[in-house]
Amino acid sequence: MLHCTVSGAAVPSKRAEWCYLPPVSAQTQSPVAARPARNLHRFANPGRFLRLAATVQPWLTVPAILLLGGGLLWGLVLAPADWQQGDSVRIMYIHVPSAWLASAGYASLALCAFASLVWRHPLADLAAIEIGPVGAAFTAVCLTTGSLWGKPMWGTWWVWDARLTSVLVLFFLYLGHIALVRAFDDPVRGARAGAILALAGAINLPIIKFSVDWWNTLHQTSSIRLTSASGMHRDMLWPLLACALGATLAFAAIVVGRLRAAVMERRIRGLLMAQVERA
Amino acid sequence: MTHLPFIAASYALGVGVPVLLGILAWQRLGAARRRLAAIDPRMQAE
Repeated sequence: MLHCTVSGAAVPSKRAEWCYLPPVSAQTQSPVAARPARNLHRFANPGRFLRLAATVQPWLTVPAILLLGGGLLWGLVLAPADWQQGDSVRIMYIHVPSAWLASAGYASLALCAFASLVWRHPLADLAAIEIGPVGAAFTAVCLTTGSLWGKPMWGTWWVWDARLTSVLVLFFLYLGHIALVRAFDDPVRGARAGAILALAGAINLPIIKFSVDWWNTLHQTSSIRLTSASGMHRDMLWPLLACALGATLAFAAIVVGRLRAAVMERRIRGLLMAQVERA
Repeated sequence: MTHLPFIAASYALGVGVPVLLGILAWQRLGAARRRLAAIDPRMQAE
């Protein structure tokens, strides 16, 4: 197997497969391909991943556009105004899905970090790197729309209450992860350091979730609970769920697109290095 | 106090950020695909 040289150091192991794609015949006969389907590393083959991702991407993108577009229009035009908040409640259709995705995105980042540290799965490293900026963007949307709702409702853009502060910490964790994985000349070391940060930062997720119950916050408690009836009228709940599902699919479609590009870029780097070695 | 500017700004962000991220991912994917097609011997053979 060709070894990918990064910063003058040869990187052996399965991760090197992501730097150089062997010929098709070699791929189909490789031990990785011959392993049972239950093996996690079955999807570590770049060619197989790219084929699967290309198939899945339209099934994420089209429903995401329809659900998010439809849900936002529903929330903006058809859903009723709140008796207390008036039309400002419509900000909820942006704020709540982005808040859910900020936490869910970080949870997926932490899962990828776990898979990277425990199983050394090469796709997990790449996925974590690509999830980071998308999660940070959705967290920024959550914080900004929260401020845009807070100014007319609370009379202030920001308060240092537990929910807002813990989400701000989440945003900084995303930024820290983005910076850390790119701070090393050796991408494997960068991914390892980023994975440790991501796992340590996962402690913030239950703090975000339960901050409104544990502390006396200005931020309201959850209106939607899995264990009891929703405190929200269904005329508001359905557009919110459509927006949340659409935003989740959009998040997944963006990450899959970035991941496909990252896999191809790694193949390009590997091929260029192979050309240099041959020259 | 009208709340319309706050609602409009929120919707601009909520739509604009995912669309921007999608366009950037799509452009990056297209560039990577073209670059790979130019140097990958397997893709040139197809």
